[in-house]
Amino acid sequence: MGELTSDGSDSAATAVLTGRTVFPGEATGFPLILDAPLSFWGGTDLTGRIVDEHHPQRGAVVTGRVLVLPKARGSSSSSSVLAEQIRSGTGPAALVLTEPDAILMLGAWVAAELYGHRLPIVVLAAADYDRLCAAGPGPVTIDAGPEHATVTVAAAPRTSG
Amino acid sequence: MADLALSEEDEAMLDGADGPAARLCLRMVVALARVRGASRLLRVASAHVDGCLYHGQAGLDFVERLGELGGRVAVPTTLNVGSLDLRHPDLVHADAETTANARRLMAGYTALGCTPTWTCAPYQLTHRPSFGTHVAWAESNAIVFANSVLGARTDRYGDFLDIGAAITGRVPDAGLHQDANRRATVRLDCAGLSRRLLAEDAAWGVLGHLAGRVAGSGVPVLTGVPDGVTEDRLKAFGAAAASSGGVGLFHVVGVTPEAPSLSAVAPADIPVHEVAAADLRAIRDELSTARGRGIDALCLGTPHFSLTEFARLAGLLGDGSPFHPDVRAWVTTSRAVLAEAERLGYAETARTAGAQIVVDTCTYLTPILDAQVRTAMTNSGKWAWYAPGNIGVAVTLGSMAECVASARAGYLVRDEELWAS
Repeated sequence: MGELTSDGSDSAATAVLTGRTVFPGEATGFPLILDAPLSFWGGTDLTGRIVDEHHPQRGAVVTGRVLVLPKARGSSSSSSVLAEQIRSGTGPAALVLTEPDAILMLGAWVAAELYGHRLPIVVLAAADYDRLCAAGPGPVTIDAGPEHATVTVAAAPRTSG
Repeated sequence: MADLALSEEDEAMLDGADGPAARLCLRMVVALARVRGASRLLRVASAHVDGCLYHGQAGLDFVERLGELGGRVAVPTTLNVGSLDLRHPDLVHADAETTANARRLMAGYTALGCTPTWTCAPYQLTHRPSFGTHVAWAESNAIVFANSVLGARTDRYGDFLDIGAAITGRVPDAGLHQDANRRATVRLDCAGLSRRLLAEDAAWGVLGHLAGRVAGSGVPVLTGVPDGVTEDRLKAFGAAAASSGGVGLFHVVGVTPEAPSLSAVAPADIPVHEVAAADLRAIRDELSTARGRGIDALCLGTPHFSLTEFARLAGLLGDGSPFHPDVRAWVTTSRAVLAEAERLGYAETARTAGAQIVVDTCTYLTPILDAQVRTAMTNSGKWAWYAPGNIGVAVTLGSMAECVASARAGYLVRDEELWAS
C-alpha cells in the first residue's frame, strides 16, 4: 500500500505509492489516464495515437506519457505494436495498470533486449491506482525495481490553508 | 505467489547448453512465468506462431536476431497468416517497403524451421494436437479452437512468446494449462433457439459475440444445443467469442470433449444467461454497420474457409448463376485447403461465379479489397467485428445463403424468417 510523505511545501504534498513491478525500468512523464481498457494492436497506431473508435480517449497520444489504464484489452499482437512504438520513440514512457498484463510485458521485454530501452510496467492496488488517478496533472516518476516499484506523484494543491 | 522452480534441463538451457537463441527465448519464458505466478515450466508438443504478421521493424528485428543466434524450433511449429499472399502477390495493395518487410518476416520464421502453413486455422491441417496435450498456440481463434474443440491445452499466447515457446519447447504452467482455470464461469442456455437458426454458421458467430460479451475473459458453457454441431459452427463461435471478449476456452455440453455433462465443467451455482432469438438478431444488427441495402463486396473465410465450407458454397452456387457484376467476392483460405478444394472442383465453382481466392493472409488485415469498396457482406462475426476499424468498410452480417443471394442480387437479401426463429 502507498504511504504519504510530505515534501515540506505548503501548497502540495508528494505521494509515493508502492506497487508491483511487471517490467523493471525508470521513467518520468506527465500522466495520461485512460477511462477504459486499451488494445495497442488496433487501438493505437505507430505514431502513438489512440485510434480505437470506441475508446473514450480516441485521438489522444500516448507518446512520452505515463500511461495509466485499468487494464489492457484485446489482441495478442499488442506486444509487437508496443515493441515497435518503443523502437521508434512513439511509445509511452511507462505503463501503470491494476493487473499484470503478459502481452504488454512481452513487448517491453523484447524492446529492452533488442534496443536496450526499458519501459517500466507497474501494477498498483486499486486504492493506490485511484489515488494516482485523482492526483494533479504534474509529472509522475516511476522507479520499478526487482523487489517493488514506486510511483511518485505531485499531489493536488491544497484547497485551504 | 509460488516461487518458480526450474528443472536441471531448464537451468542448462539458461546457461546456454542449447545455444544462444534458446537461452534468450527461455529467459523470455521465465520472465513471463514470473509475471503469471507459475511454479514451474511445462513441455509443449507443438506450437503455432502468430508473429509472422508484419506490424513494424521490431518484429522483423526480433526474428532476424533469433536467426543470427542460430535459432531452430524444438517442436513442430505451424505459421499463422502473414501480410501477403505469396502465391498471388498482386492481390495485396501495400506499399513496396511494407511488402518487402512482410516478405522478409515470413522468410525469417521459415528459416527457424517453422512449417510455412500460413493459416489462422491450423486445426484444419492433418496434424492436430490430441486431447490433453500441452501446446503453445497463438492467434485468438486458433487458441480457443485448440482448447475447446480439440481439448488440447494452451494459454492465450501472442507475438514473441509463441516463437520463444517453439524454440525452447516450454511454457509457464499457468492459465488454461491448469485444470482449475478450465472450469466454466457462465452458462448460456440456448434451449430457446430454433434448430434452423442453430444450423447456420453465421448464427454461431453472432452467438459467439454474445458469449464473449457475457463471459469476458472467462469460460462460457453452452447448454440446450442440438447434437451434431459441426466444427465450422464451433470455429465461428470461438473466433467471435475470442474477439468480443477474449475467450480462450468454451464448452458445449454434449459436444466439446471436456463437457459430457454440465457438472463435468461447471459448478452447481454457475450464473445462467438465457439466450433468445431476439438477442442474436440485435447483435447481428449491431455488427451490421452498413446503412441501406447496398453490397459492394463479399468476404468469406475468417477464420480460413474449411473444405466443408467450400463444399457448402459450391452447393449454393451450383445452379451456375454468377455474382452481380458490381460485386467483388473474396474467399480466404489456406494453401492446403485450397489444394483440396481445387482437386474436388469447389474452387473452380467459386471462381466461375466471380470469387477471388486468397491464401496466406486475410482480407480484414491487409489492403486487399479494392479502394471503391464501401460496403462488404460476410458470414463471419469476427470479420464483421474487426473490418470497420481495420480496413474502413461498412459491414453487413448474414448467413452464407444470404451472402450468396445478396452477392448475386447486388443488394442485401435477408431471410428474416430465419433470424426471427
